[in-house]
Amino acid sequence: MQFLSDNFDLMWRAFLTTLSLAVTSGICALVLGTVLVGMRVSPVTPLRGLATFYVEVFRNTPLTVVFFFLFFGVVYIDVQFPSRFVTAVTALSLYTAAFVAEALRSGINSVPPGQAEAARALGLDFGQTLRSIVLPQAFRTVVPPLGNVWIALAKNTSIAAGFAVTDLTAALQRLANANADKLLAVFAAIVAAYLLITLPSAWLIRVVENRVAIVR
Amino acid sequence: MSTTSVLFDLPGPRARRRQRIGTVVGVLVVIGLIALALWRLGINGQLEAQRWAILFDPASGVPQALGEALVNTLAVAAVAMVAATVLGALLAVGRLSEHAWVRGPVAVVIEFFRAVPLLVLILFCLLFLPTVGVPMTAFRALALGLTLYNMAVLAEIFRAGILSVDRGQSEAAMALGMRKSQVMTLVLLPQAVRRMLPVLVAQLVVLLKDSSLGFIVGYIELLRQARSLVEFFNFQFGNTYTFQLYVGAAVIYIVVNVLLSQLARIVEARTRRSAKTAATAEAELPADVQMGGGGGAVPV
Repeated sequence: MQFLSDNFDLMWRAFLTTLSLAVTSGICALVLGTVLVGMRVSPVTPLRGLATFYVEVFRNTPLTVVFFFLFFGVVYIDVQFPSRFVTAVTALSLYTAAFVAEALRSGINSVPPGQAEAARALGLDFGQTLRSIVLPQAFRTVVPPLGNVWIALAKNTSIAAGFAVTDLTAALQRLANANADKLLAVFAAIVAAYLLITLPSAWLIRVVENRVAIVR
Repeated sequence: MSTTSVLFDLPGPRARRRQRIGTVVGVLVVIGLIALALWRLGINGQLEAQRWAILFDPASGVPQALGEALVNTLAVAAVAMVAATVLGALLAVGRLSEHAWVRGPVAVVIEFFRAVPLLVLILFCLLFLPTVGVPMTAFRALALGLTLYNMAVLAEIFRAGILSVDRGQSEAAMALGMRKSQVMTLVLLPQAVRRMLPVLVAQLVVLLKDSSLGFIVGYIELLRQARSLVEFFNFQFGNTYTFQLYVGAAVIYIVVNVLLSQLARIVEARTRRSAKTAATAEAELPADVQMGGGGGAVPV
């Protein structure tokens, strides 16, 4: 316990970094993923192709490679990020958006076709159908998978530690070097810190899921 | 009729014209962006042929080094996959056991390894296990970490597979006088594994992606190799080859993964066609598992 109170400040800052990494990238990924899925089901073939291409590329690229590229590669096309934190958020958002789009697409597929047919029969165009009929229902059904994507994102922030962002995993490496005799305590504290993000999220997801579920 | 086309009417002549104009504009914008990127690269001199030639010139040692790194990557993935499949099958059987004293601990093991971020798990193997007398290398830590996480994921996949086999199968086997272990090994597992084969291959893609975490723990996989090559060449030539080496390593990763994904798709198509295995609805990995790095499972 002595060890915890000694390093509380370091761990608290690391925890906040991890949390803000996850929250910022989560919001960006949600927006980008929604746009992607809109493109993916749109009537315009090139948009569909572009979105499919994006999802396929990112699904088959390790997140570490995305990080690697944004940290070491893009300077050669003269793109500069203001800070390492922003770079990490960009990498996480770009990567996660592909999976958000996948989850949302399965949600759109689960909306009964009659809904969209009725919307079209009422004269709504594609954008209106998607915005006011299909997506609201899709979002309700994908709360659990989207929630899991969010939790996976929270865990994936640990990769930022490999690129000199001082998040929880970086704190872990630092504390492990400094406290070689208390390794178990260090690991337990860090795992607990991650669970502090994931467990309440899981609980919240369940609550939201029950609240918005559609009985069919 | 595909499920998406229900979202819009077939475009009429005006909409088609609008779409054609939009397409041309969009294509121009995309081409413009690509051209901009290439132009910046060209200005920085990154497109010169001799810079790229290093990737294919055996005299520089680069193709050999990258090839070796690819073998390293595949090796750790293969070891972890085989171990994870075997252990995952055992855990799945344990989870379905009739004895609570088997079922309970197995469930705890599965939930624990799914809840921890994969990188933390690998670091645990790398940093903690040596202190209790287990000799560790980066390879072992990576393989062990990947095995522990993936066995837990595969255990859940197998369990779903076993449960999806028709109840009549095990009832018939019992009626023939088979033991419980025989029912499992001779009747249920073969059907479950065959049914879950597409998901198994898809999980292999995830595992291969996760093996890139070796970069962070210092295992000489593709990215780490590219980095050390860059450091080596920087010493002699400055920044000349940095971009080319990074692109080379990343492209190899993506190509291998795309090939594996295609394999998964082919396996899935075959499974679906084959009469012996009724196609399962859940033939795809959930999006969060595909993300790798520990997926989105939490103990509840």
